[in-house]
Amino acid sequence: MTSAAPLSQPATGRRTAAPTAWRGDAMRRRIARRYAAERRFRLLGLAAVLLSAGFLAFLLVTMVGNGARGFTRTEIALPIDFQHSAILIDPAALTGPGAEQAIANANLPAVIDAAANTAFGEGGARMISPGAQLAVRKAILADPALLNGAATITVPASEGVDLAAKGHGGADEAAVARLKQAGALSTGFNLRFLTASDGTDPTLVGIWGALKGSLLTMSITLGLSFPIGVFAALYLEEYAPRNRWTDLIEVSINNLAAVPSIIFGLLGLAIFLNLMHLPRSAPLVGGMTLALMTMPVIVIAGRNAIKAVPPSIRDAALGIGASPVQVVFHHVLPLALPGILTGTIIGMARALGETAPLLMIGMRAFVASPPHGITDPASVLPVQIFLWSDEVGRGFIEKTSAAIIVLLLFLLTMNSIAIYLRNKFEKKW
Amino acid sequence: MVTTPMADMQTPTTKMTAQGVNVFYGEKQAINDVSIAVDLEDVTALIGPSGCGKSTFLRTLNRMNDTVAGARVEGRITLDGEDIYGPDMDVVQLRARVGMVFQKPNPFPKTIYENVAYGPRIHGLAHSKADLDEIVEKALRRAGLWDEVKDRLHESGTALSGGQQQRLCIGRAIAVEPEVILMDEPCSALDPIATARIEELILDLRGNYAIVIVTHNMQQAARVSQRTAFFHLGRLVEHGPTTEIFTNPREERTRDYITGRYG
Repeated sequence: MTSAAPLSQPATGRRTAAPTAWRGDAMRRRIARRYAAERRFRLLGLAAVLLSAGFLAFLLVTMVGNGARGFTRTEIALPIDFQHSAILIDPAALTGPGAEQAIANANLPAVIDAAANTAFGEGGARMISPGAQLAVRKAILADPALLNGAATITVPASEGVDLAAKGHGGADEAAVARLKQAGALSTGFNLRFLTASDGTDPTLVGIWGALKGSLLTMSITLGLSFPIGVFAALYLEEYAPRNRWTDLIEVSINNLAAVPSIIFGLLGLAIFLNLMHLPRSAPLVGGMTLALMTMPVIVIAGRNAIKAVPPSIRDAALGIGASPVQVVFHHVLPLALPGILTGTIIGMARALGETAPLLMIGMRAFVASPPHGITDPASVLPVQIFLWSDEVGRGFIEKTSAAIIVLLLFLLTMNSIAIYLRNKFEKKW
Repeated sequence: MVTTPMADMQTPTTKMTAQGVNVFYGEKQAINDVSIAVDLEDVTALIGPSGCGKSTFLRTLNRMNDTVAGARVEGRITLDGEDIYGPDMDVVQLRARVGMVFQKPNPFPKTIYENVAYGPRIHGLAHSKADLDEIVEKALRRAGLWDEVKDRLHESGTALSGGQQQRLCIGRAIAVEPEVILMDEPCSALDPIATARIEELILDLRGNYAIVIVTHNMQQAARVSQRTAFFHLGRLVEHGPTTEIFTNPREERTRDYITGRYG
């Protein structure tokens, strides 16, 4: 090649100082300082972990402590003498197809109020929840023969009695004492909380409507954001040329992931409701709005996961004659899937807890029946929590906490499924 | 500079030819006017110092350079007389006909069986499960790996040792019945014993496939190849029968390189 390069440096460049004193005092002090720094660092980390664990425990204990009572209700055994009551019903009508209609016209509320006043003295009617007629109606429909005599039916207590019985005090403590003396008080599981929807009386509200709304909304969000996000990531990583336009797209997507969520709500309002005239308050629009928000997260996580697939795998597949599409779908995507799923979990968890953008598209409406489809008006869990926390009635406090527990369980279930899937794909490869 | 006329290069057993090939990465020219013929019966070794363009040239032979952004190939490269950069050439089919083994063993993170079966499957070479089993067994036998893995075909290919992985990659390339096999320093990541096994394998495979191997190891080139081409600074300095290159090189640069003056 070219002329030989000088191989050794001139001798003048060599150090002439004494050899390092590895056992000297200065060295010892240096080592001691280093160990101290290590210890401090470890303690700081441990303290941080303990602190966050403490916060988490505090949150869980308060939520479960408050919320658990939301799942139970106080019940009153109410004796009703149907035979001598003012009930307006022909027992024969209860067997036909018009049974529901007949019982709705039977003047049940008055009958129940009268029975309560008779059983528990003056003011008895106020101890009974407005939901009592539902229990009585169910009992009659199950056994029409009840109408020929007297029966004791377990009905939910009113908000005040329920709170007083659970130890929250209030004006109804005397009533609770009286009911206890009569032996009519009991505690039962509040099944209605899991099967009913929003209402005006805290003893009657349920979470099912919001839960179903959240389920539908999340399905729309996942169904839109996952495929679009993954395909966008694949295209950008595997096909798109590197130029000013793709740089611009990359910057935009990164910025989009950091945009405050309420902006997405405004976008949804402007485009989906005002421009496309989709139904307001519907899971369809909610899901689409949240998909806008989730998609950038999935694109970013997806691109990173795809980038992390070793190029040697692409070479290997191309080298035996796989087409670019086969390379992507047989090799790159399966290897990137665990990473993509991690991004999806983060995006979906954020979407599930999101309230602000949904308020903008009208999902804060009072919806008393569960949605039957994605275009029906619906509420979602975080919005329901927000609405209940805003209510005046004291009975809503525990319902709010109970709803939070349901939301957390939903989140936990969703994440568990995603983590299960992720691990499955990781094992396979 | 080699000035041999093409007519002299072509023989009835010529499998691939390159004529006046230039390769550019953006503005930078990596390969300068290379002409060479690859014979069906031979193992052709490409030797030369690091960065001399021998791997780049190898990757033009199955158009793997297509995947590199900014890479541009000029000149004419033929497979059985057909221009592989021509409009009628399907690049996917070309890569099935001209297989490749890479520097670092790169089995798919799938089972051993799936690694070998993947190629035949995407090219529709097997018509039944039994067919595919047969292809896999044949390929693994040829790659000299069958006896070691026949009882654990459904374990991951990445769990094998480095040398076994490389033989698996060779088996994977063989499974699609290529006509030419390109090997890009297939032993540089392997220990001497695994290297010896791969060299044996190359000698076994000779004659069934035209083989082009890039190597840093001149003893290896001397052991496995019949023809050797010496690359330097993107140019083909000299090529001819291996014995001639190693015993009586015409060019001074070749002599300096093979005697270890630089490399």
